[in-house]
Amino acid sequence: MSSIKVYVPTDTTSVSLGADKVAAAIKQQAENNKVAVDIVRTSTRGMFWLEPLIEVETREGRIGYGPVEPHNVDALFTAGFLEGGDHPLRVGKVDDIPWLAEQQRRMFRRLGATRPTSLDDYHETGGLKGLEKAIHMVPQAIVDEIKTSGLRGRGGAGFPTGIKWQTVLDCSGSEKYIVCNADEGDSGTFADRLVMECDPYSLIEGMIIAGLAVGAEQGYIYLRCEYPRAHKILNQAIETAYAEKILGDSVLGKGKRFDLEVRLAAGAYVCGEETSLLESLEGKRGLVRAKPPLPAIEGLFGKPTIVNNVLSLTAVSDILATSGGEYQALGVGRSTGTMQFQLAGNIKRGGLVEVPFGISLEELLYDYGGGSASGRPIRAVQVGGPLGSYLTEAEFDTPMTYEEFTEIGAVLGHGGIVVFDDTVDMAQQARFAMEFCAAESCGKCTPCRIGSTRGVEVIDRIINNEDREQNIELLHDLCDTMDAASLCALGGMTSLPVRSAIQYFHIDFEKEPEVNP
Amino acid sequence: MTVKPTILTGDIQDILDGLKHKPGALLPILHALQDHYGFIPSVSVPMIADALNISTADVQGVITFYHFFRTSRGGKTTIHICRAEACQSRGSRETETYIKQKLDIDFHQTTDDGAFSLEPVYCLGNCTCGPNLRVCDDIHARMSKERVDDLLTELGREAG
Repeated sequence: MSSIKVYVPTDTTSVSLGADKVAAAIKQQAENNKVAVDIVRTSTRGMFWLEPLIEVETREGRIGYGPVEPHNVDALFTAGFLEGGDHPLRVGKVDDIPWLAEQQRRMFRRLGATRPTSLDDYHETGGLKGLEKAIHMVPQAIVDEIKTSGLRGRGGAGFPTGIKWQTVLDCSGSEKYIVCNADEGDSGTFADRLVMECDPYSLIEGMIIAGLAVGAEQGYIYLRCEYPRAHKILNQAIETAYAEKILGDSVLGKGKRFDLEVRLAAGAYVCGEETSLLESLEGKRGLVRAKPPLPAIEGLFGKPTIVNNVLSLTAVSDILATSGGEYQALGVGRSTGTMQFQLAGNIKRGGLVEVPFGISLEELLYDYGGGSASGRPIRAVQVGGPLGSYLTEAEFDTPMTYEEFTEIGAVLGHGGIVVFDDTVDMAQQARFAMEFCAAESCGKCTPCRIGSTRGVEVIDRIINNEDREQNIELLHDLCDTMDAASLCALGGMTSLPVRSAIQYFHIDFEKEPEVNP
Repeated sequence: MTVKPTILTGDIQDILDGLKHKPGALLPILHALQDHYGFIPSVSVPMIADALNISTADVQGVITFYHFFRTSRGGKTTIHICRAEACQSRGSRETETYIKQKLDIDFHQTTDDGAFSLEPVYCLGNCTCGPNLRVCDDIHARMSKERVDDLLTELGREAG
């Protein structure tokens, strides 16, 4: 009798919720019951409220059970879960769960389906198609394909990727670099981590394609050190890619070189800013550089450099495998393709939602998210990381595109959505925004370095009801200075959460100060 | 648990010799040293400067810029508590206060018995399941007070 396949995820979230212990319990119980079970450690589906979600291969497809804790395993065996038997944790055929079925997963199409470091699984699911095509194309044709797609950088700023690539291609000289920005520091975002932990070859493939497109032979993945599991998986995948001649002196045996190395960051949020990242890669303090010169012209070690986000590079593999035109047909206006929305914080059904641009926040929060995890009303939502505006219900119908969000004075950023219920104190959130900026400022420019510290002090005075009106005016003044005179987005956008908190949640700044006993 | 080998300049030199040829070698070197010792030993600073042909001030400047690098031994176990927004929305401020009270230390401090150090971290990327903590390379999710108690007991036992 052949063994029954049981899939158990192996990403950070699932493991943090006990997936390894569940896998061990299943193995033990199978041995006790003398049934042949093949435990396959796949990646996650990105439905985190169900994790650890285990899936059993049956005639009807993969049947899921979740969230499974080790102590449930006994009962699952009794319920006959290996044949898809009924149990309170049974969620049915996983592919049919509407939350998943209604998404349009492209960048994340392998989520939960494959073993992350298996190159065979990657190949069998259409991997390397883009690279196999690109290796026969002239560089300009690759860049043109990206331009046609309308792909905009997924890291936050939304700069057209094709234009960046054209700039690097047009630079003379043979020493150029491809740098992947994997310093995903925004709270509420985990999409880069999911790609690196679940589908690392799609990133590697995208980076090689970028190298072919602009004539670069060296790539670096600048990875935050808060992602130890992604680090391990990426290094394993890179090792395999070298062994299989996908990386190295002759990519796919066609004579073109591309080398790739992961470099660990060291906990500085500002290094997610591309010029600070480059300084850090060069082995320096991560001080932001003034632009121009653009990194595309003078980047790493002063050479022309593409700095792209993990997801931009993953999208490249997809675009080359299909076509720029097909990609461009998705989305709305100049926000083309699909976007990775990450439902996080106080949300009932949090996880990774990949859909074309244009979906509303309301659909994401309620149709996908199911409201708050606490069951209380959602009061505030921060979109786009710690430098994004706080929004209220009045903005929930805004279509999620770069343009529409700019219109309402907010940012889409990297697509992170952090949900707060009605117990949140928005004056404290505003204070935290300034505190975070003070902790993470690289210190190069005064408005950010000093302004953020003064910002905390001013907000404390407002909270303590010391000359409230004057201090609110002073805070706006300070925000103006930081906006206008900071070198990068850290100082320049800290005002967004601060001002939006004051504007939409004014009542939280008018409370009686707490008296400490 | 953190391994704490004796600091030998020969070992440091081996680490330097293995990495100094890399372009932009300083961060990889500092990571390797911290992996090995749990912190960056001060004796290594002039050695790094020498290997990379930069000043000791440059090395020191880089070490102090990055939150992750530490210049002294921490406790046997370092607990990183996520302070970012997604964890806040799920009660991390309370979890943070609870752990600080329970261990009777603040951030960047070590308990008197040398068992635990506490460090803040801004986001572990596990944002649907906060409050999150990191211990070594493990992330611990949904850290309610009860789960914090269980974890500290478990860690105390392992270290004991």
